[in-house]
Amino acid sequence: MTLTMGKALNAALRDALREDDSVVVFGEDVGALGGVFRVTDGLTAEFGEQRCFDTPLAESGIVGLAIGMAMNGFRPVVEMQFDAFAYPAFEQLASHVAKMRNRTRGAVGLPMVIRVPYAGGIGGVEHHSDSSEAYYVQTPGLKVVTPATVADAYSLLREAIADPDPVVFMEAKKLYWSKDETALPVRTAPFGTAEVRREGADATLLAYGPTVPVALEAAAAAVDDGGRELEVVDLRTLVPFDDDTVAASVRKTGRCVVVAEAAGFASVSAEIAARVQERCFHSLWAPVLRVTGWDIPYPPPVLERYHLPGVDRVLDTVDRLQWDDAPDPRFLTAGSA
Amino acid sequence: MTTQAEHRMPTAVPPDDPTALLPASEPIRFLNDDGGAAPGDAHGRYQRPPTELLRRAYRAMVVGRRFDAQATALTKQGRLAVYPSSRGQEACEIGAVLALRDTDWLFPTYRDTMALVSRGIDPVEALTLLRGSWHCGYDPIATRTAPQCTPLATHAPHAVGLAYAATRRGEDTVALAVVGDGGTSEGDFHEAMNFAAVFHAPVVFLVQNNGFAISVPLSRQTAAPSLAHKGVGYGVRGERVDGNDPVAVMAVLIDAVESARAGGGPVLVEAHTYRVEPHTNADDDARYRGHDEVEAWKRRDPIARLEAHLRAGGDLTDDDVTAAREAGEAFAADVRTRLAAEPTGDPADLFAHVYAEPTPQLREQARWLAEELDAGEAR
Ligand SMILES: Cc1ncc(C[n+]2csc(CCOP(=O)(O)OP(=O)(O)O)c2C)c(N)n1
Repeated sequence: MTLTMGKALNAALRDALREDDSVVVFGEDVGALGGVFRVTDGLTAEFGEQRCFDTPLAESGIVGLAIGMAMNGFRPVVEMQFDAFAYPAFEQLASHVAKMRNRTRGAVGLPMVIRVPYAGGIGGVEHHSDSSEAYYVQTPGLKVVTPATVADAYSLLREAIADPDPVVFMEAKKLYWSKDETALPVRTAPFGTAEVRREGADATLLAYGPTVPVALEAAAAAVDDGGRELEVVDLRTLVPFDDDTVAASVRKTGRCVVVAEAAGFASVSAEIAARVQERCFHSLWAPVLRVTGWDIPYPPPVLERYHLPGVDRVLDTVDRLQWDDAPDPRFLTAGSA
Repeated sequence: MTTQAEHRMPTAVPPDDPTALLPASEPIRFLNDDGGAAPGDAHGRYQRPPTELLRRAYRAMVVGRRFDAQATALTKQGRLAVYPSSRGQEACEIGAVLALRDTDWLFPTYRDTMALVSRGIDPVEALTLLRGSWHCGYDPIATRTAPQCTPLATHAPHAVGLAYAATRRGEDTVALAVVGDGGTSEGDFHEAMNFAAVFHAPVVFLVQNNGFAISVPLSRQTAAPSLAHKGVGYGVRGERVDGNDPVAVMAVLIDAVESARAGGGPVLVEAHTYRVEPHTNADDDARYRGHDEVEAWKRRDPIARLEAHLRAGGDLTDDDVTAAREAGEAFAADVRTRLAAEPTGDPADLFAHVYAEPTPQLREQARWLAEELDAGEAR
């Protein structure tokens, strides 16, 4: 069946609500409207207001309510309407959601999912396109998941809801309308498993969420461009992180580019580059390079194409992986401007 | 500017009688639904604004509505990325502007573009955010208007800070923060009210209660008797007003602003109004409300009510009405012409104002992007 990612997420919520009475869905506009992206479409109609309901407009309250409900037998799945509108809830996430199991020595776990539509490329005005994953990833105690395929969207959301720990589930907005041939229900690999989406011998592209299609497109173009075979690894879950699959790929190819949409400085891509360097130093023919958004607040729609890592920028970076032993000139002058 | 030492912290004095903080039992009205005089004298402390001001308001509302319709049309042509209409809320939008002096500050939301243009901000600059060419197109300092705020209620504490700073500097500036009904549920709204009361800051909070926060009705937002009642818990006087009665909205807002200016502390005004258009052009309101409800509210149209009222008093002629409409047409035509072209953006702007001085890394990234674009052109 041909299915969009949005529909797959909707099906995952529906199936979870059907199978487990303790699952509840709530947030802003998730009821009658079905969410601004329609991910919760029809859930109130099918399961009633006890199971899927609108709350007052207060993200801190929503996550705080979820904490209390999770402490008392429920499995809340809450929606933050857009990336930047989750910031009012950050106090609850950082101070409580992430720490509850640890501070109670395991007595109180919080099985809950915080769904965050994130990242750009949809022409949204400010506060609608942030890539906020680093804040969550930097907060021990949270699992952070970001699907890039329709099947993964379904499977990873089901796993997130079943997980005994809190999961920040990051949905790349521009992928909501991406389509694939998928029969539901489907189970893909579990959390902590990266997936090789395309095999290649010459260099590894590491991507997640919104940049997975970009990396795949770049890999396809690279064959024509310079005859290079690029391997594309979709990380799927940022926490837990699959060091093994990543290291195996980079050891095989000897070259690595991380492709991420968020600003590069102190980012998930920085962490990944460091890990690869630590684990694969002796296999590398070139430093690990990164293609990221610039270190700027997310730009307005008219300028976002200059900010987002696109296929050309990925291919240019691949060209700089010291194929002829010359170091990347950009980094020789780094900081000297 | 006063120094720390000279400055005495204003101290909030709780009123002897907390009921003095409570709003009237019914929203303040001067006009009934069709523009005749409302029965009774529910308006108590409030004065009908001078006729000349009401005539100005009428014209601004007509122009504002025409502008709003034009902006909505521009979304259909793809000229604006998004537009949240304030059609039906003209009395609040114009009331907010006319209650302020030029030296006062307005802290608007994404919905208040009509208020911005009524404040004299160039419409193209006002639409820059929604057009997608930059996050804010006007100069907030020059216009005394904060950037339109998208994260809900997060600007309310800023208004308090600005107003408090004004008292510290010995200015008589008032800050007016506009919030939606949904926005009143956010923590920042409550923190702002509490700070405003404790610091006795000259702030007016205008809540445009238009019935919905996207799809969520007020009954899902609050169990309070009214949003204006929320003030009492913080020591802020609350008032509610028929938000589709321009005479009442202006009477209450002018009173609130001048009371804040005179040292009376913050005021919370809840205006009962209605959003007759969908939340934005991207919203499907058929999913959460009935056609009849919308039509019923359209019959309480603020422009028609003011027009009837002014005509009845002989204060508005056919010529005035025609002139207002013509002004609206001219305004809309100007907006249309000036937004006809695709907005363009200079990629160098990405790095220009992240810091007062770009960091070495940003300079470097700007250079990389320039090289990338040159190479792209050469290709
Ligand atoms: C902190 C935050 N959360 C969520 C949103 C998404 N959002 C945009 S407008 C809106 C509804 C706001 O309703 P209300 O405050 O009543 O104002 P109105 O749009 O009706 O003028 C929501 C939920 C947001 N902008 N900011």
